[in-house]
Amino acid sequence: MSIALLIEQLLNGLQLGVMLFLMAAGLTLIFGVMGLINLAHGSLYMVGAFACAAVAAATGSFWIGLVASLIASAAAGAITEIVVIRRLYDRDHLDQVLATFALILMFSEGMRWLFGSFPLYLDIPPLLQGAVPLPGVGQYQLYRLAIIGVGIVVAIGLYFLIARTRLGMRIRAGESDREMIGALGVDIRTLYTVVFALGAALAGLAGAMVGALQSVQVGMGEPVLILAFVVIVIGGIGSIKGALFGAILVGVVDTMGRFLLPKIFALVLPAAQAGLIGAALASMLIYIVMAFILAFRPSGLFAAQS
Amino acid sequence: MPPKPRLSRETVVNILLALMLLAFPLGASAMGETFYITLATRIVVLALAAVGLNIALGLGGLVSFGHAAFFGLGGYVAGILSTHAFNAEPLLFGIEGTTSMPVIWLVAVMICGIIALPIGAISLRTTGVYFIMITLAFAQMIYFFAVSWPAYGGEDGLSIYVRNEFPGVNTAQPLSFFLICYVLLMLALGLFWLLRGARFGAALEAGRQNATRLAAVGIAPFNIRLVAFVVSAMMTGIAGALFADLNKFVSPSMLSWHMSGELIVLIILGGKARLFGPVAGAMLYVLIEYALGGITEHWQFFLGLILLCVVLFARGGLLGLLAGKARHG
Amino acid sequence: MAEPVLEIRELRKNFGALAATDGVSLDLRPGEIHALIGPNGAGKSTLIHQISGSIRSDSGTIRFLGQDMAGLDMAARARLGLGRSFQISSLAPEFSSLRNVMLAVQAKQGSSLRFFRPVMGDRSLTDPAMAMLERVGLAERAHLPAAELSHGERRQLEIAIALALGSKAFLFDEPMAGMGPEGSKSLTTFLDGLRHEAPILLVEHDMDAVFALADRISVLVYGRVIATGTVDEIRNDPEVRRAYLGETA
Repeated sequence: MSIALLIEQLLNGLQLGVMLFLMAAGLTLIFGVMGLINLAHGSLYMVGAFACAAVAAATGSFWIGLVASLIASAAAGAITEIVVIRRLYDRDHLDQVLATFALILMFSEGMRWLFGSFPLYLDIPPLLQGAVPLPGVGQYQLYRLAIIGVGIVVAIGLYFLIARTRLGMRIRAGESDREMIGALGVDIRTLYTVVFALGAALAGLAGAMVGALQSVQVGMGEPVLILAFVVIVIGGIGSIKGALFGAILVGVVDTMGRFLLPKIFALVLPAAQAGLIGAALASMLIYIVMAFILAFRPSGLFAAQS
Repeated sequence: MPPKPRLSRETVVNILLALMLLAFPLGASAMGETFYITLATRIVVLALAAVGLNIALGLGGLVSFGHAAFFGLGGYVAGILSTHAFNAEPLLFGIEGTTSMPVIWLVAVMICGIIALPIGAISLRTTGVYFIMITLAFAQMIYFFAVSWPAYGGEDGLSIYVRNEFPGVNTAQPLSFFLICYVLLMLALGLFWLLRGARFGAALEAGRQNATRLAAVGIAPFNIRLVAFVVSAMMTGIAGALFADLNKFVSPSMLSWHMSGELIVLIILGGKARLFGPVAGAMLYVLIEYALGGITEHWQFFLGLILLCVVLFARGGLLGLLAGKARHG
Repeated sequence: MAEPVLEIRELRKNFGALAATDGVSLDLRPGEIHALIGPNGAGKSTLIHQISGSIRSDSGTIRFLGQDMAGLDMAARARLGLGRSFQISSLAPEFSSLRNVMLAVQAKQGSSLRFFRPVMGDRSLTDPAMAMLERVGLAERAHLPAAELSHGERRQLEIAIALALGSKAFLFDEPMAGMGPEGSKSLTTFLDGLRHEAPILLVEHDMDAVFALADRISVLVYGRVIATGTVDEIRNDPEVRRAYLGETA
């Protein structure tokens, strides 16, 4: 095992982490501001991927597709918020889970209705094809580096949005005191729709970018959704900083676990068995990590409120 | 004395539901329609799983989003034990497999209990959304293990070639198997009723309504909830073993989070924390699934729509409509 | 002088930079009603939470019947005999009044891990519970869900629960709040008799009730006890008058 391979896997883990951050940031923002647990967030990721793939196929341009994915997922998010989600803010978590579970069924089947059961494919745009030399690694896929870059830009952008802008101020106020912000004359309903659409757009962006790495198909959002939940639970629900930390932790631990565990077991076991046990354990690893963290810190590493 | 009519409206509805559920496959059997017997068995088994979950979710207010773990574990116990018996290969340490249903159920109950204990002990340290998420995560852990462990079929699942046996009953016959499941469901409902009425149920329900109140009288909510979680998992595990025998097949999909969601849906469709809620819910769910499936291949879309409407507008579920608001003595 | 039932020494709790309780010491002696008064935000409720175990103290000790309560949670303290009522009523809202009290009777009798015998026919639960409801004057409301009781009735129910626990000391957090003059008067009479069963630490804003009932009064201001004494001593304490009544000396 060379150091180069190890660094390459680390970068892959980072790329997964960045993608999870885009999902988790929206989820945690929506929970922090509106107190809503949204299972349908993975559907918005799927909507983004489909929109990008379909528009890119029609226009021949990935970039137009990317813009379309942002618009489509933000619009789908806003409409869903207005029609369904805003009725759920005062409900308990059980109702929220069920209603958004129902939304998943509708989104998934709706996509199958529109696009059929066959997966769509999305090519990496020419500008980002190929590999770049990295010191110590050799060649690394440019597109994956670009995803990491986008994640960093979004993280910084979110930080400025929340810390420095009027919208961010209202979001922070909404987190701490809903009635107060209403009393101050801020239109809370519009604020909630905007926050939800923002979260949806981030999920759609993640879906569109990942769509070029794997096939675009119904149900693609669900594994990512569950990983994103693990992320925000580890990070502390409602905390963007926790989401960033948790996403990178989960991305790196998952990727490195799959890479390293079989090799570690191979030191003591025959190769076939080591591969088996290593792979099985690796697939459970992040959940084990999460259970450990919650056993000691039941509200995550960066719990937002006391 | 409390006003106590001899038969409340809910009791009447419950008896009718129980009779309908029994009459349907008997009629189908008389007409030789085995498909409908299988459909009724599916209702009964899903209802049994949901009665199990209802102990935690309905009585205790513990929204476990991971009960598919126990459903699937029960299924795998049935699959693995019967495969070993079928191939005449001993399990670990020379223990033989078995095709006897009662033994399988017992093992399923024990395995589910043993696994639910640590899962519950860790999960119950958290509340609210964290509890929902951590139970989901534990179930995913078991799901991914089943997918990636090839010994028992991995992702492809495991077939049960001949349905397991019950002493004195020909289980290969659909109606006989239905009756076994039906009796177990009635026993489970009886147990649920007893638990709810006893001291344990009083403490569990009080904890759902107001955990601080429970602690202030000196009863630690954690212990009560942990017992409820484990009992709940055990019951769902038996249902899983029956489900595997019904389909003669077990696969990771029984462990999936969709399954966990479906179990919650059954309870809510029927009416939360009500004795026959899971039964009414399972009847409605399977019938919707069947009826819509006959009309459109996109039935899941409409299932979602119906479910959404129930959550938004009909919060008491089917029993809420039929029997009015739930009452406590 | 008899050993105090409840002995609080140097209890402290900070919320961020704010010291909610700042070294509080006080005793509750057998047979007394010890009233705790002070302006809003003085830390009275925090203190009750610390004593009952729903808030963890930063430092200080609480001894109850001679036992150090450090490390015991709310349920464990309740089992030792510390009964409390809540400032904002805390009941099982779907349960009837009777079942709310039965829960306390069941807790007192021991394990709740009994799975089969129905509680509703169990006279070892219903009879004592009904007796407690009668004592607080709620017998007629026994089968009404707690959620449907009036504000004052919920207070009475909380007291019935504390009674049913057979508590060896009571912590009552504003039991008079939300009661009409009639209710306050009858509750005052009731508490007056109760002190002989177990001493009461009473947080109350209704000064008529406090002056009528209290054997001793402690005045809490900004998390500190500025004076403890009999009613007359407190009435005439210049520091209390200055701090609490806002008089300038």
